[in-house]
Amino acid sequence: MNPILFHLLTIVILLAALLTVASMLIWGERRLLALWQDRYGPNRVGPLGLGQVVADIVKILAKEDWIPPFADKAVFQIAPGVILVATMTAFAVVPFAPGLAVADVNVGLLFFLAMSSMSVYSVALAGWSSNDKYSLLGSMRAISQMVSYEVFMGLSLMGVVIQVGSFRLGDIVLAQQRLWFALPQFLGLVVFFIAGLAETRRIPYDLPEAENELVAGYHTEYSGMKFASFFLGEYVGVTLFSSLVTTLFLGGWLGPVLPPLVWFILKTVLLVCLFILVRGSLPRPRYDQLMAMGWKIMLPLSLANLLVTGAIVLAREGAR
Amino acid sequence: MTEQTQTVQDELQDLLGADDLVPQPTMDGLPTFWVPAGRIREALQYLKCRAPKPYRMLYDLTAIDERERRVRKDQPSSEFTVVYHLLSLERNEDVRLKVPLRAGQSSVPTITDLWPAADWYERETWDMFGVTFAGHPRLRRILMPPWWQGHPLRKDHPARATEMPPFEMSEERQWEWQEMMRFDPGQWGLKEQEGEFESMFINIGPHHPGTHGLLRIILQLRGQEIVDAVCDIGYHHRGAEKMGERQSWHTYIPYTDRVDYLGGVLNNFPYVLAVEKLAGIDVPDRAKVIRILLAELFRIISHLVFYGTLAQDLGQMSPVFYMFNDRERAFDIVEAITGARMHPGWFRIGGVAQDLPAGWDSLVREFLRYLPRKLKEYDRMVLGNRTFKRRTQGIGAISVEEAIEWGATGPMLRAAGLEWDFRKKRPYGGYEQFSFDIPTGTRGDSYDRAIVHIEEMRQSLRIIEQCLENMPAGPYKANHPLATPPPKERTMQDIETLITHFLGVSWGPVIPAGEAAVGVEGSKGNNTYYLISDGGTMSYRTRIRTPSFPHIQMLPMMCRRLQVPDLIAILGSIDYVLADVDR
Repeated sequence: MNPILFHLLTIVILLAALLTVASMLIWGERRLLALWQDRYGPNRVGPLGLGQVVADIVKILAKEDWIPPFADKAVFQIAPGVILVATMTAFAVVPFAPGLAVADVNVGLLFFLAMSSMSVYSVALAGWSSNDKYSLLGSMRAISQMVSYEVFMGLSLMGVVIQVGSFRLGDIVLAQQRLWFALPQFLGLVVFFIAGLAETRRIPYDLPEAENELVAGYHTEYSGMKFASFFLGEYVGVTLFSSLVTTLFLGGWLGPVLPPLVWFILKTVLLVCLFILVRGSLPRPRYDQLMAMGWKIMLPLSLANLLVTGAIVLAREGAR
Repeated sequence: MTEQTQTVQDELQDLLGADDLVPQPTMDGLPTFWVPAGRIREALQYLKCRAPKPYRMLYDLTAIDERERRVRKDQPSSEFTVVYHLLSLERNEDVRLKVPLRAGQSSVPTITDLWPAADWYERETWDMFGVTFAGHPRLRRILMPPWWQGHPLRKDHPARATEMPPFEMSEERQWEWQEMMRFDPGQWGLKEQEGEFESMFINIGPHHPGTHGLLRIILQLRGQEIVDAVCDIGYHHRGAEKMGERQSWHTYIPYTDRVDYLGGVLNNFPYVLAVEKLAGIDVPDRAKVIRILLAELFRIISHLVFYGTLAQDLGQMSPVFYMFNDRERAFDIVEAITGARMHPGWFRIGGVAQDLPAGWDSLVREFLRYLPRKLKEYDRMVLGNRTFKRRTQGIGAISVEEAIEWGATGPMLRAAGLEWDFRKKRPYGGYEQFSFDIPTGTRGDSYDRAIVHIEEMRQSLRIIEQCLENMPAGPYKANHPLATPPPKERTMQDIETLITHFLGVSWGPVIPAGEAAVGVEGSKGNNTYYLISDGGTMSYRTRIRTPSFPHIQMLPMMCRRLQVPDLIAILGSIDYVLADVDR
């Protein structure tokens, strides 16, 4: 097949799959939370309540596209798009199976980090352009939370990079053929997962929207499809982080018997469920507690991990 | 005259002289004295600060419109009467001081400098009766909206919408009223600019996920820190006290359910006890134990909501679902017994509505087996959670002194470390027969308030178990002509009983003239109904002293110098219900 055509097809399928997955996740999260909370969740529309996804989409598309008169219109409209574009673009570097990636570039990991940083803009712009005090407080929290958690999110991955010696995600997966990085880089895995929770702004790190305090935080003023974009962005983000954890720490597509793609999906889905389980079980820390945890615990941990990994790798090289 | 009345009367007489102190006998035996407006401050100050074993808590402050009252034997004449109800924890006694306001006289000196808690009470009294308090810093509407004309609890104020001109909301009016709701920091003594720092004012509520109802809090923020707060209440005001003046003694019972709408029959309790005191009814033992059984079930029901929503406020999603599930099981019992769930209105003057149904004991027994296990599980899930502890420990801490000063009762007071529970200190309705403990905290912070609530559920289970094991036999309603609906057994045999029954059912009972206040330990604190009968089929004045009102008044004091998330943690731990604040 024409390689360009192949790439285009991959992109289209990937986008379609992502949007479907993200909207299905709304249903999945509600059903799973309901299961853990001794209730039913949406189970009326269609088999297993799956029709709820369609119903939600139809409802949200049919809603009035309202922009508050006091908002900064242009920025207000751009903000929800940024998060969707940024998170979905980051998927370009994720290898789903051998040879199945939109672009398995040699700076894949850096590209991912760059793109996930972009989503800060979305939250910041949304909060600022809403011209609303709750949104402002929410986006202030979001910016400081995401910026400080990104610092060690990047650092937590450097252990993996040192061990592999490449930023290419495909290489990283192949390097795990003997042993998944989840074991040697366990610290990195934990830190990265927590940073992922913070980056996707989910409980316990949902301070930017903290329903009980800030109504809906940075997206208080949003409704209809724009609001849905933030939601989709969040779910794509969850999927992104799950697939990144899979790729970096759980051996990506590697696994016996089943085809590589199935392994990849299986691991990612389990991680997504973990994200949801965390949401169902933990309370939310206070803002200063969150920052203290970031700078005083997570950052030193990831630095230590980086140093130890580096030392071991250097020692091995020297021994050789 | 009881001994305690004599003691406090002697004390006050030494201070004021015999001319300025007129005692009034009341049905509740609570020492009641009339003091002229000019000397009330002196008397109150003495009672609070200088009296041996002082009356340190301003328990209630309200007024009575006396203009249509007929039976006022041995009372100084007045158009309006301001009533101060003080409580001494050391003596375990109350005293009620009344200030007569004659025609043309409508002002008493403020006592906000004596008790900070008097602030809202005096505003409420002005709002409802138009009695002014000279020297009050901000005497303005509190329960009624700022544009309201007249004072609703005055006897000449209409009680029904049909007595008023039709209501219209025109465009201009809407804007005008909206403009009146705009927050002006200067009006509340808040400075917008301090040094070079400009504060941000953020409006929380009346519709907000964290306020548990229609409560408006205006926060003055410096960054994330709360500099000051102003509470705006009244959005849930439904005129429960006014309704008491136009419902028969019997038909008012269901209204009480809805005051603390999580407390169900816990609201019926003080009301029927006060009416029974006025009527002189002795309740049979079985009815007493049925009442206690239901009251404790509702305490658990209410506390489970508290527990779940506190966790929810701190971002923990799941516990509230588990706890509502448990609450549903308690409701199943309530439903089997009463037929209703949240608002059974099950207590009657002289007893309860019906006997317990067959099989109630197995339902209760099953619940007694079920809940302790779950509570243990929640201890691990919620109380043991490190984030939960970090969010609540040391947050919103109050000392016993502050609690007393502000009129805090119930779990608020107990969490601060004072063992004070009406069920133990002034056993009512048969509680003296039960063995249970009063849990207390030490630091008075949000965490301790949670602990106290949870321990109280365990104690309630103990009481329910004792009800279950020792349910007495006998009638469930007093054999008394004023018990409502009256016993019907002999109505078809003799005409006198038939007539009494007919009148009791159609008009409702005629309760002898008098005054009585009875307080009970509600789920949120001390709940008192102060009833005045003028010898009619309806109450002349119904005063509902609720615990949530003073508790919410404390909020600004509790949240200063903390952060917005702490405010939510405090709100969640206060355990208030807006209907209980606004009535």
